[in-house]
Amino acid sequence: MASVIDANAFEDLKQVAGADFIGELIHTFLDDAPQLIKQLESALAANDAESFRRAAHSLKSNAASFGASHLSSLAKQLEMLGREKKLDEIGGGLKALEEAYQVAAQELKEMAP
Amino acid sequence: MNSVHEAGHILVVDDNKVNRLLLTHGLEQQGHTVESVENGKQALEKLRSGDFDLVLLDIEMPEMNGYQTLEACMNDTALRDMPIIMTSSLDELDSVVKCVEMGAEDYLVKPLNPTLLRARVTASLEKKRLRDQQRKLFRTFANDQVADQLLREGFSLGGKYVTASVMFTDIRSFTALSETREPAEIIELLNNYFALMFDAITGHGGTVNQIEGDGLMAVFGTPIRREDHCEQAVGAALEMLELLDGFNREQAALEKPQIKIGVGIASGRMISGYTGTQHHATFTCVGDTVNLAARIEEHTKIAARPLLIDKSTREKLTGRVGVEALGPVLFKGKSVPVEVFAVTPV
Repeated sequence: MASVIDANAFEDLKQVAGADFIGELIHTFLDDAPQLIKQLESALAANDAESFRRAAHSLKSNAASFGASHLSSLAKQLEMLGREKKLDEIGGGLKALEEAYQVAAQELKEMAP
Repeated sequence: MNSVHEAGHILVVDDNKVNRLLLTHGLEQQGHTVESVENGKQALEKLRSGDFDLVLLDIEMPEMNGYQTLEACMNDTALRDMPIIMTSSLDELDSVVKCVEMGAEDYLVKPLNPTLLRARVTASLEKKRLRDQQRKLFRTFANDQVADQLLREGFSLGGKYVTASVMFTDIRSFTALSETREPAEIIELLNNYFALMFDAITGHGGTVNQIEGDGLMAVFGTPIRREDHCEQAVGAALEMLELLDGFNREQAALEKPQIKIGVGIASGRMISGYTGTQHHATFTCVGDTVNLAARIEEHTKIAARPLLIDKSTREKLTGRVGVEALGPVLFKGKSVPVEVFAVTPV
């Protein structure tokens, strides 16, 4: 299966963090991201656009740092919906994001030293 | 472990745990000391209680966001000079421009590029270091009031007429002294001597504006105006002589050379201002009063008195010091004789 992690972006991250720290950073992301996805779900249920936007923003930022480009761009679309208070237009957006996260998380887990 | 030119004390402000850890660990790896907080409110508390060199500030945060934090820093005189680098995602660049206009030093786009991170942090710390050095220099050569005025208002080249007192001080027969001693010993002697003289001068509201060899020139009553400049100048001179007495006693005990000085003070109108260019300028006073002070200082050799003053200075003195009229003296380059007075502590 083709990699969903952008090698250049991941290399940059490794250089900023230090190679010995990358594992801890991956685990922090894998701990944090499910909570952010939960926040997206409950914000959507409560039609809380601001909370939804914040969670999507954080997810977008972290996914981009790890080179999970697809996940990041999906999160960015959700962030826009939150900003424009158009949560009703989400369609299958959240489900797509959850699937993209699972794929990226699996690959990152394997990359953690 | 990578090395850096100047290690700094850095505060990372980001609500995102991954970003916080990443920046903290990354900067620590570069040799910096790093602390981190989750929002602007915590950042301000930290900044007000600690001595930081640089802040990396996220824009999008709950509680108090990056704008509000930046604004609070810019409105706080104690934090205004703290360099702040905004960190943001690429689609927040509009916001970043606004922050730079508000006074942020620079910005970094997330995901972070390792080369840019290092370059911007190093550059900001270097600028901070230069600013601190400039501030320290101001405080070395001027008293706190002058330094504050300069830092607050900047300076404009060009001068104005002021009424002030000028003091010239020289070490008597320093040259003979310097030829018989090791260079390092002479420099140490000079540094100890100047430290004492600066204390006395700045302690009396004066500003040292020139050091040349073993001599120095100081002014009182400008650039910060004060009415009692004559008394302050004479007070400073008397304290200098007293400090020097103590210094000489210590030197004698160590069988090291002792020094004698001559001090000349004149008061009156002069032109005061900053000369030079915008990049390199000194505060200077020029005019007849300044020349007279220099001549009077030279006359201490002939009069064999350590402290001589002119008539304008003498007239402003209250009875707390002993003054003896030495009569009129015709100085080189002057057409009329000038009354000279010797001052002695009561």
